[in-house]
This record gives sequence, structure tokens and C-alpha cells, in this order.
Amino acid sequence: MSLELNDTLQAVVDGLSSEYSDKLIEVYQSSDDTFVRVETDSIVEICTYLKEKQHFVFLCDVFGNDRYTSDERFEVVYNLMNLRTQTRLFLKARVEEENPVIDSVTSIWKAAGWNEREVYDMFGIRFEGHPDLRRIFMPEDFEYFPMRKEFPLLGIPGSIELPNTTPDTE
Amino acid sequence: MKLQNINDKVDPQFQELHQRSIYKSLEDKHTTIEDVDIDDPLNAKMILNMGPQHPATHGVLRLVLQLRGETIEKTKLDIGYLHRGVEKIAENKTYQEFMPYTDRMDYLSPYSNNVALCMAVEKIANVEVPDRAQYIRMIGCELARISSHLLWLGTMVMDAGAISFFIWTFREREKIYDIMDQIAGHRFTVSHSRIGGVANDLTEDATAIIKEFVNSFPKELKDWHGLLDRNRIFIDRNENVGVLETKDALDLGATGPVLRASGYAVDQRIIAPYLKYSEVDFEIPTRMEGDNLARYFVRMEELHESIRIIKQCLDKIPTGSIRSNNAKHAYPSKDEVYYSMEGMIHDFMMTDTGICPPEGAECYHAVESPKGELGYYIQSDGTGHPWRIKINTPSFRNLQVLENILDGEMVADTVVVIGGVDPVMGEADK
Repeated sequence: MSLELNDTLQAVVDGLSSEYSDKLIEVYQSSDDTFVRVETDSIVEICTYLKEKQHFVFLCDVFGNDRYTSDERFEVVYNLMNLRTQTRLFLKARVEEENPVIDSVTSIWKAAGWNEREVYDMFGIRFEGHPDLRRIFMPEDFEYFPMRKEFPLLGIPGSIELPNTTPDTE
Repeated sequence: MKLQNINDKVDPQFQELHQRSIYKSLEDKHTTIEDVDIDDPLNAKMILNMGPQHPATHGVLRLVLQLRGETIEKTKLDIGYLHRGVEKIAENKTYQEFMPYTDRMDYLSPYSNNVALCMAVEKIANVEVPDRAQYIRMIGCELARISSHLLWLGTMVMDAGAISFFIWTFREREKIYDIMDQIAGHRFTVSHSRIGGVANDLTEDATAIIKEFVNSFPKELKDWHGLLDRNRIFIDRNENVGVLETKDALDLGATGPVLRASGYAVDQRIIAPYLKYSEVDFEIPTRMEGDNLARYFVRMEELHESIRIIKQCLDKIPTGSIRSNNAKHAYPSKDEVYYSMEGMIHDFMMTDTGICPPEGAECYHAVESPKGELGYYIQSDGTGHPWRIKINTPSFRNLQVLENILDGEMVADTVVVIGGVDPVMGEADK
């Protein structure tokens, strides 16, 4: 499929393919959005480059994705925005199921803090170098990662401690 | 009391690990720059738990504050009390079935949420929406913005000490509920948008009461400006409170009015115009101060702009159909369903399988909800159920800002700052 890129995205693709040619895996478009997949170990390097050189100063979102039954099961997606040209770019990196670890980008955008906590909470992907990697929605006592595909929709009975509704009876 | 080991002094009875970890996290915040007090003879330090059932926190938001006298030294937020896992639910529903759940996300402006989801699905499945439906959606979205801002105004002024104001803004909200009743048949959770259009057309009655509202509302707004804009008590309470510096605003990921009050005119209606926003004329109110008062002015001006947009929509709205005619894309009208076999089958197919975007397609669509950028990322696996829906909610992002701007404020200002940031927990907790 041929790509229809505007000037900003063309500059990003050119810049990445000249400076990080061995780190760039694929560039594709779907429904007018542009997705760039890069090597997991260089995510911080590439995010720094995009922020400093390509002016992607605004991190809109970080989220996880479960590619159940595929190799490199989990995917972390960064939703970046260039406010000068108002262009959106999605950066993706994949992690293994056995040891889902990726470097944190909180040193580049503080906004990533809570988003990365959410990804950790929902998928169990750990972020190296995150200042406060705790669960965000579920309580810390919870042992599962609910957005993984194998987690049942009805939940797991007994997995969350609930208050005793009839306190008078022991 | 030395606060180095909070965990030794507390005795959590319930979800112990969770409670201990949040105290630990509070203890650890700013450890690099903090000089732990050597002596505190007046015993001025304390840990204060605010919420999750505190009335001023606008929902189930819990704050753990470390105070020194009346000053907040550091804050940690604990959210998730309203977590229902709507993204997980979405994976097990068809796109249209999931739409009513979006009403319960930001329950103060359900219309914007419906539109946001429907537009994302339309983008991924290439559905054409008739012009009339787009104008109806715009009117609905702007009414929802007014309704949401009215609740913010009432509660925020109430947090600052004026109770009667709340009643006045609710009187106006009541009129919007009546309008929504006329437009959609529901007052609160409207569920009016459909993939490919809207559920039903604007009736003449509905148009008439919208017109009446846009004519009468600016007068009310003028009175409120007169009461608050130069009110000494109100200004003293809000000026230089909860300041979000311009240099921090982008880094912390603020969005919506909070970001615009810190000097960035970022608004999805301008930077990525959707619906017919490119055809109407409006301004993006922006302030530089970044304090609570700036947020007040930004939202008040947005109310004026919304009225302006609705007036233009009412002038420009064309006649025509309100839903896509393509049977693969949209529901048939109820007339067809009740009076023809084909309509019945069509309706059944839409409910059973629904719309199927191409396999492997991905898209992200963001709208400007009253709270800020509300985006839906959808990944399809070619069936009628989404493989993954990620909802990028503005309240979640603004609460992260709140955690950072509360440090150094007075404890009495906490509720005012929460009111100014205007989070909705249904949306933040998903």
C-alpha cells in the first residue's frame, strides 16, 4: 500500500529511516492515521528524537494492546501530537509475553506517568524507570491483569476483597 | 510526629496491600528534593485522607494529603473506585450495543460521548453521514457542553461558598434536560447518536425550544457575569490558586479548558475539524494565567461560543435524511421495521452482527468534549465486535495534572481547585 503522508509525517519517516534505519520496522496507514513501529529497546531514544527534532511535544495517550496468540504478544502504542502542524502520529513497540518490559518515557513526557500505570494495571507490562509504578484502577492486592484476553468478562470470584455487608454477624 | 514511616503508624483493615502502597508512595514522593523535618515541635504535620466519599470531590475521588499546618506539602490521588472496565465490556459487544455505555462515562455530557464513539466507528468503517445528522449532532454536542459547564459553574461556585448559584445553574440545566427529552426521548443518558446518523429527527417542538433557550440563556449568562466577574470574594478565592504554568501544561498532559487556561489554544474543533465545525464561525477562548480564575473565564466564554455555534447550526441545518441509507452501515427507520419484512430482517442483522469494519483496520478519532480531548482508538478484527477499544478520556489526564498542582496550595483551596479542574470520575475511572 502506498503511503499518503503530509510534510510533517514525511519528515518523520525520512528522519527515522536515515538516523534509526535499523530500529524502524514498519510504517503503515489505516483509516487516515499513520502508525510507525520501532524496536522496543530504542523507544526512549526515538521518543526523544521525535520530541526534540520533530516537535512532537504533546503526548496524548499511551495504551496497551493484546495481540493474543501472535508472537510478541503485547503492543504499547504512543499517541503523539505535533502542535505546530497539528499532526498525529502513533508509535508502536512490541513486547514478549514471558517478560513484558519496556523503558518508561516519563523522563520525556511527565504525562506518561498515569498512562503507563494504566497499561501496567491492565496488561501487566512493566515500565523500566517509571517513578511510581503502581496499579491505578485495581487495588494493589489484585493479582490479575484484566484487559488480557484470557481474563474472563465476568471476573474471577474472590479476586477482590469486598467489605462485609452485615457487620453485626461474624 | 515524624512522618518518615507512615506505614508503621497506620493499621489498614481492608485491602491492606493497596492502602500500604499508597502511603508508601506518598512517603516517596519528591524524596530527592525533600529534606525531612528534624523537629516539628508544634506537631503541624499530618496526613489527611479526603474522599472517596467527600461531597466536594465531585464523585469518588480520593486524595491523600500530607499537610504542614494548613499547607499541602504533597498529594497523591487514588482513583479507580468507579472502575467498571468499559473497555473490556466493549470487546464483547457490537459497536452499536456499546454506545449506551458511553453515556455512563462522562455522565454530564452524554451526547458528546455518543458522538465520539459513533464518529470513530464511522471513520474505521467508511460510513457516510448525511449533512442534516451532522448538524443535529453539533447542536447536541454544544448543548451537552453548556450542560456540563453549567454543572461545573454551579458546583465550583458552591465550593467557593455561594450556595444559591447552584440552584440557578440547575434551573438552566433543567431546560437542557427538557430539550434533550424532546430531541432524543431521554433526559439524562440520551443515546441519541447512531452509527451512520442519529436516532430521530429534530421535531418542530424541539427546534422551537432550542431557539427559545439560545435566546433566553445569554441573558442569564449576563447576570452571572455581573455577579462573579468582579466579585471580590470570588476573585480572592480563585486568583493564583492551583496555578498550572504554561511551561508545565503540555508536559503534564493537560487538556481541554485546563490547557487553554494555561495559554495553549488546543481544541479538536479547530486543529482537526470534525462534523461541520469548519463551516461555523467561533473562537477558542484562551488565557495565559493558568490559575483557577483563568479556567473560570475560559469556560464562561465557551458558553457564549456554544450558543453562537448553535445559532449558526439552526440557520444552516439542511433538510434531508438523518441516517445513512446503506443497509450495511446503519439501522433502518422504525417505520420500515414495523411495516416491512425487509426492514425487519435489516434491523435484525444490524442488531445481531452489526457493522463489520475491515480486518486489521485501526483508527483514532478525537472530539472536543466539554472536558477536553475525548478520543476513541478502535482496532478491528473483521467481526462485529471490536478487538480493542481504547478510550482516551480528558478527566483522567486532568486528574494527573491535579496531583501535581495541588502541592504547595492551602488545604482549604483543595476543593476549589478540584472544582476548577472539573473531573468526572465516571470518565476517569472508565
